[in-house]
Amino acid sequence: MDVLTSVVANQIKDDIPEFGPGDTVRVHVRVIEGEKERTQIFQGVVLQRRGSGISETFTVRRVSGGVSVERIFPLHSPNLVKIEVVQRGRVRRAKLFYLRELKGKAARIAKRR
Amino acid sequence: MDGLIGKKIGMTQLFDEKGQLVPVTVIQAGPCPVIQVRARGDCVSVQLGFGEAKRKNVTRPLLGIFDKAKVPPMKVLKEFHADDGEEIRPGQWVDVSMFQAGEKVDIIGQCKGKGFAGTVKRWGFAGGPKTRGQSDRHRAPGSIGASSFPSRVWKGQKMAGRLGGETVTVKNVQVLKIDPQRNLMVVKGAVPGARNGILFIKRSLH
Repeated sequence: MDVLTSVVANQIKDDIPEFGPGDTVRVHVRVIEGEKERTQIFQGVVLQRRGSGISETFTVRRVSGGVSVERIFPLHSPNLVKIEVVQRGRVRRAKLFYLRELKGKAARIAKRR
Repeated sequence: MDGLIGKKIGMTQLFDEKGQLVPVTVIQAGPCPVIQVRARGDCVSVQLGFGEAKRKNVTRPLLGIFDKAKVPPMKVLKEFHADDGEEIRPGQWVDVSMFQAGEKVDIIGQCKGKGFAGTVKRWGFAGGPKTRGQSDRHRAPGSIGASSFPSRVWKGQKMAGRLGGETVTVKNVQVLKIDPQRNLMVVKGAVPGARNGILFIKRSLH
């Protein structure tokens, strides 16, 4: 292992489920509000995964009340308590930015089996 | 000792205690043999070496100095100051354990050479307008002075020229981690120079 990867090795998580663009995931995020700490859930479609090693991030898109929200999470962040794969989707590309222009029925993603 | 010689390994990211990703630089610092010790006025200057060299690549006079200190020949030599009352002798080795995580250091290195650069890159000039009939003026420096007085260009006028490749000091860099076993040091943020560049790491004054 080269020196740079070995320096970050202890922060790399090994319990991350396999998921990719098109999959619907539930991300459990730890939120600290003043003294209190709670877990928030963000569920949506994964648009992309990018980067490698400790710098890897993924983008989750969620539509709530007609407003779409995209959040980018560092994959190995200690603030991510859990990532659950709700549904696997069948998509034909690695970056699903075209979903931003689509609404309603057109924005559905076929289920993968 | 107030400093150490090292080599830039590269940059990566680490999560801090809040879970935020912070940019970090990994430095291989030391181990450095003490080659010469000299009293200079009221302080003691200590010459450290770094990076083993082949005997054939070192001049004879230098070899004599290395042999006298009973250390292998070194590629880089640099003088630092001993702390007050510190006992230090040639032949001793200094390593990263002289620093602690959380401490602030100053890092000196030679920054990357940018070659002959224009005024926009070198001095942050705004350049010319991008539109409205401009031709060949997008990155031009503009006026370089008045007319009949002084009838010349003032000294120090900022113009295009060589950029980079000079010695740069970044002060008060936070040390995040120390690994004495592998002689590694992880600091927050960037340090001057390219990977494998030589760095001088000094304890910050405050």
